[in-house]
This record gives sequence, C-alpha cells and structure tokens, in this order.
Amino acid sequence: MTTNSRPRRQRRSPWLAIFFWVVMGITFVPIIVMMLYSFNNAPTSRITFAWNGFTTYWYRNLTQVNGLTHAFLISLEVAILSSLISVIVGTPVALALGRFRFWGKGPINAIVFADIAAPAIVVGAASLSFFLSINLNTGLITILIAHVAFNIAYVVVVVRARLSGMDSAIEDAARDLGANAWTTFTKVTLPLIWPGLLAAFLLAFAMSVDDYVITSFIAGSTVTFPLFVYGAAKVGLPPQVLCFGTLIFLVGLIVALANGALNRHQLARATTEDSLAAPAQPQPVSSS
Amino acid sequence: MSTDLIEPARPAYRQPSWLRRHSPPYWLSLVGGGWMLLFFLIPLASGLIVSLETGNPVSGYTLTWNWHIYSQLFVHSDIPYMTFFIRSLYYGIATTILSILIAYPMAYFIAFRVSVRWKSPLILLVLLSFFVSFVIRTDMWSFVLAQQGFVITTLHKLHLVSSNFHILGTSNAVIGGDIYNNLPFMVLPIYVALERIDRRILEAARDLYSNGRQVFVRVVLPLSRAGIFAGVLLVFITTVGDPVNSSLLGGVGTYTIGQAIQDSYLTNQQFNVAAALSTVLMVILGIIMFAYATIFGTENLENLV
Amino acid sequence: MSAGALPGNGGPVFDPALWRGLTQRRMSRRDALGVVGKGAGLLSMAALLASCGIAGSAERRGAANIDWATFWKDQKTTKQLNFANWPLYIDSDHGKTVSLELFTKATGIKVNYQPVIQGDDSFYATVEPELAAQEVTGYDLMVITNGWYFSQLVENGFLNELDLSKLPNFFEYSSPLVKNPSYDPGNKHSVTWQTGFTGIAYNTKMIKREITSFNDLADPAFKGHVGMMNDNVELGSAALLRMGVDPVSSTMADWKESTKWLEKQRPLVAGYYDQSYISHLENGDTWISQAYSGDIFQANLSGYPHLKYVTPKEGQIVWHDNMVIPRQAQNALSALAWMNFYYTPKIAGIVEDWVSYVCPVPAAQDYILDVIKDPTVANSPLVFPSAQTDKLSHSYYIYRDYNDYQSWNDTFNPIIES
Repeated sequence: MTTNSRPRRQRRSPWLAIFFWVVMGITFVPIIVMMLYSFNNAPTSRITFAWNGFTTYWYRNLTQVNGLTHAFLISLEVAILSSLISVIVGTPVALALGRFRFWGKGPINAIVFADIAAPAIVVGAASLSFFLSINLNTGLITILIAHVAFNIAYVVVVVRARLSGMDSAIEDAARDLGANAWTTFTKVTLPLIWPGLLAAFLLAFAMSVDDYVITSFIAGSTVTFPLFVYGAAKVGLPPQVLCFGTLIFLVGLIVALANGALNRHQLARATTEDSLAAPAQPQPVSSS
Repeated sequence: MSTDLIEPARPAYRQPSWLRRHSPPYWLSLVGGGWMLLFFLIPLASGLIVSLETGNPVSGYTLTWNWHIYSQLFVHSDIPYMTFFIRSLYYGIATTILSILIAYPMAYFIAFRVSVRWKSPLILLVLLSFFVSFVIRTDMWSFVLAQQGFVITTLHKLHLVSSNFHILGTSNAVIGGDIYNNLPFMVLPIYVALERIDRRILEAARDLYSNGRQVFVRVVLPLSRAGIFAGVLLVFITTVGDPVNSSLLGGVGTYTIGQAIQDSYLTNQQFNVAAALSTVLMVILGIIMFAYATIFGTENLENLV
Repeated sequence: MSAGALPGNGGPVFDPALWRGLTQRRMSRRDALGVVGKGAGLLSMAALLASCGIAGSAERRGAANIDWATFWKDQKTTKQLNFANWPLYIDSDHGKTVSLELFTKATGIKVNYQPVIQGDDSFYATVEPELAAQEVTGYDLMVITNGWYFSQLVENGFLNELDLSKLPNFFEYSSPLVKNPSYDPGNKHSVTWQTGFTGIAYNTKMIKREITSFNDLADPAFKGHVGMMNDNVELGSAALLRMGVDPVSSTMADWKESTKWLEKQRPLVAGYYDQSYISHLENGDTWISQAYSGDIFQANLSGYPHLKYVTPKEGQIVWHDNMVIPRQAQNALSALAWMNFYYTPKIAGIVEDWVSYVCPVPAAQDYILDVIKDPTVANSPLVFPSAQTDKLSHSYYIYRDYNDYQSWNDTFNPIIES
C-alpha cells in the first residue's frame, strides 16, 4: 500500500546515530551552562566559574539590573510591532507573487531573495549610510523600519510557500458562487493561509528579537536586549541575563511544542475530513 | 492510488478568473515592495554613494565621487583590510565545509534512519540552540572555554595539554563558534531536500546498483544538492560578514571584515571607509555566490521545485 | 498538499515552508538583466538622496553667545532628572540606589537613571544628531570621559555652562585632582563623577615575579597571555609613558616612535580588548594586562583577590568621567542640584563604596570608614590615592583639531586592527 513510506529495514552501523547525538550534546553545552549558572549563588552580580550553591535569588530579583528589563521590553516591543507590520505588509506581496503573473514579478522575487541573502553587516552599514544621508536620527523608529525591511522577505517566502501548496481552484469556486474579491479573501484564502501567517509572524518575531548586527548600527541611544547583553558580556554578564535567557528559551520551547501540536491536530483533521487527500508523504520529484 | 503519487505537472499559473478581471498585483505589492525598495535596496545603493564621499565627522562628508578610496583601502593603507577580507573568506569557507560535513550525516540520520514520529522532535532538538539569544549562547562558549572554565581546567588536570594551551583567541575558536551558530541553517535545508526524495527511486537505485555507497553517491547526493546549496548560501554569507564570533571568541589575528566595518563606522566614524568596505564585501559575496550558483546550483534546483 | 505534509514541522521558527521557499529557483537570466538595468536607476535615486552628503558637527553647532546668567535665571525648577550613565557605575543594593533615593527624599526630584552609555564614541554618535538639531536629547545629565568627545561637546556648543554659584559643595569638598582640570578650565562645563587610573594588572597565581614596568607587558615569558586595550588612546598613552614621554606634551614623532615597541610586543598579545579585558583577566585568559584601577579593586572583592594592580614606575594615566548638562536639557536645575548633592562626603561615600574608582571627594574616606564601616574601600590607595600616586599620574594628550585626532588614530589603529 504505502510503498513509498518507510526505508527498508537493514542492518545498520550505529555510527550515524552516535555522531548525531554527540554533535547534539555539544550544541546543548551552552544551553545547559546558561540554565545551570542562572541558579548559581554567585558572590557578586556577575557570573563566576565557581559553583557557590543553588539559589533562586537572581530569578526573584530579575528586574534588579539597571536597564536590563527596559532593554528586554524594548526588544519585545520592536519584535511584536515589526513582525505585525511585516506580516500585514508582506502577505499581500506573497499573494501577488503566488497568485499572479505580472511585469515586475521577477524583480520583486529577486529583491526578496537578496533581502534574505544579504549579509547583516552590509545591511546594517548600508541602513546607517542611508539614515545619515537623509538626516533621520537613529533610534526606535529606525530600528523598526530596518527590522520590518528584513522581516518582510521572510514573511513573503513563508506565506508564498503556503500559498503554492494550495489549490487556487478553491478560490475560483468561491468566486463562481458569487463571492466578491474581499469575501473570497477573508472567507477562503485567509483561513487557508492562516497557519502560514502565524508561522511567518513567529519567524519574524524570532529574527527581530535576536538581531544584534543590524541593530547595532542603527539603534542610536536605544538599547535592545541583544545590545545590552553584548555590552554586558564585556564586563561579565549579570546572572539575571542568564535568567532572562532561560525564560526566553522555555517560552520559545513551549510555543514551538504548542505550534507543533496544533499543526499535527490540523493535519489530522484535514486528513479525516477529506478522505481523498493525498497521503501525508514526501512530495515525489516532479515528473515535468 | 498510484496516480496520486506522481504529482501532475503543475498548471502554469492558473489564475482564478476573478483575479484576472482586475489588475491588483501592483496594489498588493505596493506597500511591501515599496518598503523593501526604500529601506533595503536604496540603502544598499546609498552605501556605495557614501563610500564615494570625502570628509570627516567634524566638517561633514560631501559627495566627491572619490573612487580613489577603493585603491587607497587596499593598496596604500596602514590597516591591512585585504588581510581582513581574506581571513573572513577563510573563516567562511572553513565554516561552510565543516558545517556540510557535520550537518549532512545529521540530516541523513533524521531523514532515513528514524521513524516518522521522531522526525519532528529531532528537528526541534537541532533548532533548540536558536531559542537562546545569539549573543548569550556565543558568550556562554567564551565562558565555557575560558582558561579557568571547566573544559580547559579538566584538560589540564588530565595532563592532556600544556599550561600554555588555550582555545579562546584563536582562529579555531572563531570557526568553532561560527559552525555552532550556523549548524541548524545547514541541517534543515539538507534535511528538507533529503526528505523530498522519493523512496521508490532509492529502491529502484538499490536494484540497479546494489551497492549502498553507489546509491548514495549517484542518487541521494545529487538529489540533495538543492538543500546543500541553500545551506551554503545561508551559512557562508552569514559567517563572512559576522563580527560577533570573532570579537567574543577571537583575539589578536582574528580581526574580521565585519569588525572592521563596525569599528570604522561606530568607533572611528569614518563613514566613507566603512561604506566602501561593506560595498566591497557585498560585491565579493555576490560574485562568489553567483559563480557558485552557476557552477553547482541552478539546474538541479529547477528539478526539485 | 500542505506544508504540513512535510514531517519537518519542528518548530514555528523554522517552518519548512521557509526552507522550501529558499531552495526554489526564483530568478531567470532575463530577470537578472532587468534587475541590473533597474539597479542603475536605483543608484541615481540614492545619489540624489545622498547628494547633500552627511553634515559634519561643525556645520551644526549649537547656539553661541548665550548669556548664561540669564539662561540660569530663566530656568524653571522641575521635579524630574534624566541621568545617563555607564552601566554598573552607581551604588546598587538589591536593585535600590540609595544615593538617588536620598536625593529624591531631600529635594522631591524624581530620578530616571539610565545606564545607557557603553562608550564615549557610541554615546556621542547617539546624542550628536539631536544636539546638532538643537532638539531635546531626553537627558539632563550625562557622564563623559575627558578626551576627544568631551572636547567635541564643548567645542560644538552642545553643553550648558554651569552656574558654579549653585555648586558650593563642589568648592568645599572636591579634591584638587578634579578642580580646574586642563581639559575644562575653571570647571566651566563639567564636574567629575569618578576619576580612574590606567596602569597594569596581573594575575599573581600565574606570575610569580614583581611587575613594575610597562616593559613587563612585553616579557616573552607571558606570550599569548598579555592583554592590551583596544582603546587607541589608552594603548598609545601607555606606549608613550613607557618611552618616558608625557602624553600631554607628546608630538607626532613620539607617537610614531612609540608604535615600534607596540609592534614588537604584538606577537605576545592575546588580544586588544575593550572593557572585556577584565573578564579575560579574571578568567585567566590573560595573565598581565593594561587595566583600570577601579575594575581591579572590584575584582579583588568579587572572588579574584589574586589580581593585583600596579602603577608602573614610568607612570600611569589618570582620566576623569565628568557630569555634563547637554543643551536643551529640560531639567537643568535638577542636574545642578544633583551635582551639588553628590559632592558631599556622605553621598560621594555611598557611591564610592560601591563603585570604587577614585573618589573626587577626599572627605568621603572618613564617611566610608566611620559610618559605612568598610575599611577595605576607605583604606585603599586605589580609591583614595596618595599625593605620591598623583605625581605619577599623567593625562591624555589633548587633540588640537580633527586632523590631529585623525593622525593619532592612523598611528595606533593599525596596531589594534589586524
């Protein structure tokens, strides 16, 4: 039946598995150290190597470090706003690219590609050149502008990929049944690409909240969380930075797991609703 | 059933009829496209313009079309910018190659050696480090690998290394940090490409070649080229321009072009120098990636889409 | 087939859709040619935008010829103070800053304390556009080190002249070291927040011999474990002092000469560090390093008693971080009030007991000893230096103009950046 599902079971050397887990183990080191040392009863307000016993003091005094909480809130604000704006602005572009053939499509595709591929250092330096040239003071506004500028591309790519997996005949049908363009979009297209929008938002959020390089050029006097950490890293991080890191890590993990569960649930529902659905298997190579 | 398995040739842009009546793609892409044009593309071009200006932060910079700066930077400079470029490219190439060597077996493992239900969790594990802020996780390495951190003290206690041994401050530390920070960018696209390979092709290949190695070299590897291509693109470009790993994990002799751009812009306020360096970096990367795409990439990509 | 069909739905952050999107071919040659064509148009647009160039600070000076007596008379009393400072540079006890709380209690002025300054250069770059446009920076008080950027602030008319009649405590309690400094004659624009020394520190666990001179930074025995500063002012000043030249009176020929030693020393150096030199010293990556006295004092108290600061026999650098009031400050009187409030043995003592650089109020020594009962700080020659130490201390070179500054950079940057 499902001839293409599973690779044939064979005798296999365990080296691949061992290699995989060793590499994974190494990549976990910084995470484990971060979590561990966020509980270290360090004698000063900077991280130290010596283990001085377990404490939750740094978590209880999370907001104690001047500027850290503020920087964190700024980062959240920037990330939420820039992701929202880029989803709102980028989704129509994805629709245009995914549903139309028009003059200018090639160049827009190229810009999107370049936007993702361009090295952050070049984008940051160029943005600063630009803001200096037009005499715009750097600060929160310029951070937002630049973050939206790089996030749009990610949104376009994610949403367009979602669109391309969707049959446009459904929209046609809605249209034939008398729905106008707006109704078709809100009642048909939007619900179908909704998971794509969510994924795009989360990706944009993650990109924005963690950006150091571009922001370092155009932040002006605004200090975002990565900028604060980078500055603090030079004199030794306050343990609270590790607490923030640990909390962000856990929240990210929970969101990821929830999203995974949601996707699985949706997938399951889609499959039961449409018994003729293609099996959830890897796409075969296109025969064309 | 079997007809489902081979995807019909995708009809070329079957536009829904209602969309054909109006001409909205321009309206749709107006704001987003305009944003990228104004705040991404024009800045790139204005970087080139600023590089042709002369002056200083006190008297200001004016556009004098000073193309000379490019020869000044690379020929008559006290500061060896050329070295920084070569060093950064070396870090980029070393990181990319090592990343492929590490990431490919990992992606292969997830794609072919585990059952379907374990794939998502394993991918999540690969991505796990991304849930920790980039600067924190890089700085954690400098904490772990410090001279009195537990890695080196353990090595000392075991008498495996001399007391002079150090990891931080070396090129290897920078490359290591680059690999660590970029590995998921390599694993994921390769994994996606491997996962997309039709398993029946593999069976057919096994019937034809019988030898596992040959199946891998002649079938799996070529079919996953698009994934490697995407990974190389992301990893190489990110690494060459990165100022963070070299500044947090490096030392003397690990100064990269990313740091040079950052320092000349933000510390020395030599806007024209910084803009010139970043323009050169962009052009070099553009040429390398274009050459790479021409030699290795494009045809296969087309087949795989 | 939806994107969910791919089993790689690992996380929201890396939707496989993204990877699929990235692996798609999306540009034909014709498209590429079109892009190149449009690039030219784009470039001309950018050229147009940038044709006016980037204005320098000289064209954008603040208003000159201000009658400061009238200025201060017209200032209104406010109940707010926005204070920009460096991180970890004021007393902090479980998140509370006692000195500021006492100030609020005494005057009713609420303090918005922002540790946003990471470096003079970056902070100057941050506030310069607003100051040049004569706009409100949002800060009423900023802390700037004497040097190029301090001089730029003064020269460009970006600072308010102080009403010294409102600073009686400064004249009563300040140490001679901070009165009438060479970089700001008559304390016209600034009073010192903290003073600091730049000398050498070393790890007594790794280095068993006495360290006395800058030449010890070039001892081959310490190869790969020597830390130097990437601040070219500190680096250059150290090299000049080593030659026996006082930086203040040095010439360009001296600078060139001094780089010879730096170049020779370079193969031994582990890194040219910013403020991170201190963690490298603490972590054992470096055994001997250029260092700020205050950092070493703090490190001694926080688990690194084996680090030792020395004043090299050739001399050390003394620098001052100064409180200044930017033009367009909304609460200039509050800033003056804080300056005056700070210059008392009690408040300076509270701050000093935590910050431990060099205290600008000598009488704070007794307060720390008798009231706070912290003899470690009070009796430290690093915090309350002797006259002997003062004699060994030299100031930075003062740049005549931008070209002068540029020559210094061109001389010393090649050492650091390579």
